Amino acid sequence: MSSQDIPEENLPAEQGTAHGAVGVADEKNPFADPGLPPHEHRIQDIDERAAKRSERVVALLFTVSMLATIGFIVSYVTIPNDKSVYVFPIGHLSAMNFALGLTLGVALFCIGAGAVHWARTLMSDAEVADERHPIEASPEVRAKVHADFKQGAKESVIGRRPLIRNTMLGALALVPLSGLFLLRDLGPLPKETLRHTLWAKGKRLVNMNTNQPLRPEDVAVGSLTFAMPDGLKETDEEFQTEIAKAALMIVRLQPDNIKDKRELEWSHEGVVAYSKICTHVGCPISLYEQQTHHVLCPCHQSTFDLSDGARVIFGPAGHALPQLRIGVDSEGYLQALGDFEEPVGPAFWERG
Amino acid sequence: MSTTASNESRSRGKAPAGEKIADWADGRLGIYSLAKANMRKIFPDHWSFMLGEVCLYSFLIIILTGVYLTLFFHPSMNEVVYHGSYVPLQGQLMSEAFNSTLHISFEVRGGLLIRQIHHWAALIFLAGMFVHMMRVFFTGAFRKPREVNWLFGFLLFVLGMFTGFTGYSLPDDLLSGTGVRFMEGAILSVPIIGTYISYFLFGGEFPGHDFVARFYSIHILLLPGIMLGLVVGHLILVFYHKHTQFAGPGKTNNNVVGMPLLPVYMAKAGGFFFLVFGAIAVIAAIAQINPIWAIGPYRPDQVSTGAQPDWYMGMAEGLIRAMPGWEINFWGHTLVLGVFIPLVLFGVVLAAIALYPFIESWVTGDKREHHILDRPRNVPTRTAFGAAWIAWYFVLLIGGGNDLWATHFHLSINAITWFVRVAFFVVPVITFVVTKRICLGLQRRDKEKVLHGRESGIIKRLPHGEFIEVHEPLSQEQLYTLTAHQQYEPVEIGPTVDENGVERKVSGTAKLRAKLSKAYYGEDNQIPKPTVEEYKEITSGHGHH
Amino acid sequence: MKKLSARRRHPLAAVVVLLLALAATGGLYTAFAPASKAKADDSAQSLTIEEGKKLYAVGCASCHGTGGQGTTDGPSLVGVGAAAVDFQVGTGRMPAQQPGAQIPRKKVIYSQAEIDQLAAYIASLGAGPVVPTKNQYSPEGADIAKGGELFRTNCAQCHNFTGKGGALTHGKFAPDLDGVQPKHIYEAMQTGPQNMPSFPDTTMSEKNKKDIIAYLNAVNSDKTDNPGGLELGGLGPVSEGLFAWIFGLGALIAVAVWVAARTAKAKKS
Repeated sequence: MSSQDIPEENLPAEQGTAHGAVGVADEKNPFADPGLPPHEHRIQDIDERAAKRSERVVALLFTVSMLATIGFIVSYVTIPNDKSVYVFPIGHLSAMNFALGLTLGVALFCIGAGAVHWARTLMSDAEVADERHPIEASPEVRAKVHADFKQGAKESVIGRRPLIRNTMLGALALVPLSGLFLLRDLGPLPKETLRHTLWAKGKRLVNMNTNQPLRPEDVAVGSLTFAMPDGLKETDEEFQTEIAKAALMIVRLQPDNIKDKRELEWSHEGVVAYSKICTHVGCPISLYEQQTHHVLCPCHQSTFDLSDGARVIFGPAGHALPQLRIGVDSEGYLQALGDFEEPVGPAFWERG
Repeated sequence: MSTTASNESRSRGKAPAGEKIADWADGRLGIYSLAKANMRKIFPDHWSFMLGEVCLYSFLIIILTGVYLTLFFHPSMNEVVYHGSYVPLQGQLMSEAFNSTLHISFEVRGGLLIRQIHHWAALIFLAGMFVHMMRVFFTGAFRKPREVNWLFGFLLFVLGMFTGFTGYSLPDDLLSGTGVRFMEGAILSVPIIGTYISYFLFGGEFPGHDFVARFYSIHILLLPGIMLGLVVGHLILVFYHKHTQFAGPGKTNNNVVGMPLLPVYMAKAGGFFFLVFGAIAVIAAIAQINPIWAIGPYRPDQVSTGAQPDWYMGMAEGLIRAMPGWEINFWGHTLVLGVFIPLVLFGVVLAAIALYPFIESWVTGDKREHHILDRPRNVPTRTAFGAAWIAWYFVLLIGGGNDLWATHFHLSINAITWFVRVAFFVVPVITFVVTKRICLGLQRRDKEKVLHGRESGIIKRLPHGEFIEVHEPLSQEQLYTLTAHQQYEPVEIGPTVDENGVERKVSGTAKLRAKLSKAYYGEDNQIPKPTVEEYKEITSGHGHH
Repeated sequence: MKKLSARRRHPLAAVVVLLLALAATGGLYTAFAPASKAKADDSAQSLTIEEGKKLYAVGCASCHGTGGQGTTDGPSLVGVGAAAVDFQVGTGRMPAQQPGAQIPRKKVIYSQAEIDQLAAYIASLGAGPVVPTKNQYSPEGADIAKGGELFRTNCAQCHNFTGKGGALTHGKFAPDLDGVQPKHIYEAMQTGPQNMPSFPDTTMSEKNKKDIIAYLNAVNSDKTDNPGGLELGGLGPVSEGLFAWIFGLGALIAVAVWVAARTAKAKKS
């Protein structure tokens, strides 16, 4: 095919190459930059039929996009929002989400694909070189700016009158303090609240499943129960903040298996109560392995041995889980014999 | 512009409407001078140059969908009883934030789609930034004059992580609440001020009633506002510096070769926005993300196994999981090293990334502008650093998901944690050494190719019976491309004793610099590129091939 | 004592402890078990026990001892109850193939009738939890939402939000609950197999268990809706992150390669 077949205007404008003659070897330096290679035409540049094909593909893509948008609107209007369909191999999903997502995706994607196909096949693909200019200013400009600045500074008399300069700097340094003070009421000061929970002497241990106070005989060896202090309700204003400290994990061990002396003292007939809040960063730890008596934290895998004072046997936690001292009241229900003796949850600077 | 000539002959009144509007705007905004500089701006073509665009477009998608979500989301922690259409939660107590997220997912038509686009785009945004940064790093595109833009990009990545984290926490679901609890624990570990910061952030004790509303204003206003400014600055600098390019025939440090913004890049880049948006919309149509209804509302005494943050926080998660539980008690205070060290390390690693361009330019002492990209093999030490860093990052990602690797590959979680603890130190070193060797090997191969030509695959039998493979000499284009990179000489301290025998003082930093420079450009750390003399000698001697 | 602590490390020691625990749990049940009812169909019952004993002698006695008293290879089964047998044999965990961190679920090799016979025999050795009846575990009439709350308090920490399972220490794991029969879930809660703690009726009522089963049935079954599309394992951010990298960024990079690639040039003629 000769290039005479195509009308002149279909050819891209000739662009000047940036560097010297094209592709001439340098005798002295074989590694020299040969300059931009000559532009080669694409099929679409020289074959009008190919160009027409590209045009049709682009138009088709744009048309598909239009149809997809109509599909989007139709789906939005006609599909019930709670309709579920089975789509292989994805599974049961929301018909609305699937239809809207696909139509929107196709509508957008086809616009992009059309534009890119247009650019790649029909717009000029001649590479052009653009000169770069150094970013640094010329020495003259540099000198001028420096001089101007000095002039300006001089005219401001800031150098001659240090009192103005110093007081101004002082004022500017102080003024953000107001803003800092305004942040003060973001929250109360820590005080002692991190050290205390709702547990107190005489508070019954309430089973979180049944909302009934627990008796020691309810708790079988090998079982796992969670408890909260009597009187705390899910609907309480401060439920979340209180349960974040007071949540309790109750297990029963054979008293012979308890290795830690204090743990045995603080238990009741082998029933022990430990804080459910990990001492690492506060996840509710409760992956209790009843044969090993280990609890694992699901967040960072700290592992504690419940038969040995809940000491840390693996992972990033720094100290044992706090134990709650328990006993039974006159009616035979499990009760706390006081608050935790140390703060529950993650360690902090003032913990000591 | 081709119309200027015709403009003169035509009377103003007959100019097309578009031109008239443009004239009007130019009179007030000076758009013609702006257009003169930028309308035919040249952009080089390379797929890796579009990674930044992936980030830009996913950022725009996040903003668009995010604005939509704010129309329905209630950033409140007031407890309400759920009465919506998702049966397994009916009658449950939950915060308004969680309730309104369920409302978006189940009652607002298309709400679930927008939520999923928002979240998928966020994950892709951060993944895109990660890969874009790696591209810039490995090709040396951060060198002068682009150090400031590296910092802009770096800040975008860091802010992106925190914007992502705050956004992920907004629905107040059990998974994100666990993440917020982790954050509270991490803040508490900060010596002296940790407790105060925590109380101020949460308005008292965790979880309190405030953090969703506060995270909301941080997530939708503060951080994206800063990011938007940085994105604009980043783009202005990209235009101002003009794009970098790989070495090749006609491509020099003083030009940029490619296609003009109008029309080619207008169509390609504009089209790419739609391609990215379309692809993410399809992903959101077929793949579910963060199904908060299955996760349930947050309660500080509940948790699920497999509690992980989104991937970009995986490195921090890995650090914290692998760290031994060190805790020091003294004078009534507790230093929670087990949490605080990972926290500091996280910051140090980020700072090292931010400062890298300045460190390298200090080592090279090079004050020139660089617009031609390095091939990673030609800077083995930098490439090895980058590879080691990525390897380290992936070790921590494995550590961050150790429970899932354990169940899916039937391994012991304790063994994985120990592997991470060891690999944390060992894997980066091994990766560094191996990468460097690979780079040097590739450099040698390039040198071979330049000097001896390309292996043609044609076997020739010589008259005396020997078989040889014919090597084809490279074209001048290839020769130029393979030898265009420049090589630094290592910095020398010079003699420490001058000619009079007086000892010259050499500062510690100068020594360090010389050492680093040697590690980068010393004899064993780069292969000298072939010289013209070598080439001529060999080509004249091997003429018979 | 020294001998005992040495044996603590035996792979099956855990099972011994488990069954001791089961025995204790079973002890509680003896108080509630209606003893008089058993006498009614005495002859049929004893026949079943006889059959169970035969099966036991072939399949179980090598580890658990000829009379179910336990050996070094298997714990005593006295007092573990029918529910434990129904769970362990009914999910294929027993007979165990090899010792390991945990004995996994596998193909069931006994028919339900044989399992019942085995269960009857073991129950005859000492009273323990009985196999639950259908209306105890059937999800009908249960409060799904309450079940969800209970699940998140008691179960999700090991089994994940919707029961996809999770890791425990040293290679042990909480299994995926997808496809587990409601009866077996009920029995697991009641008996606490292997390292799982038990949730006896005294701390987790029958109604609680029914609610939990109903919740699992709603969120973790073949028919569970995932409105957003692919569930990606239901594992949360790790699988989502992998998907975003591989299919999200991967697809976009593929598109970028196409956008930036040179268009094919016309062949030189």
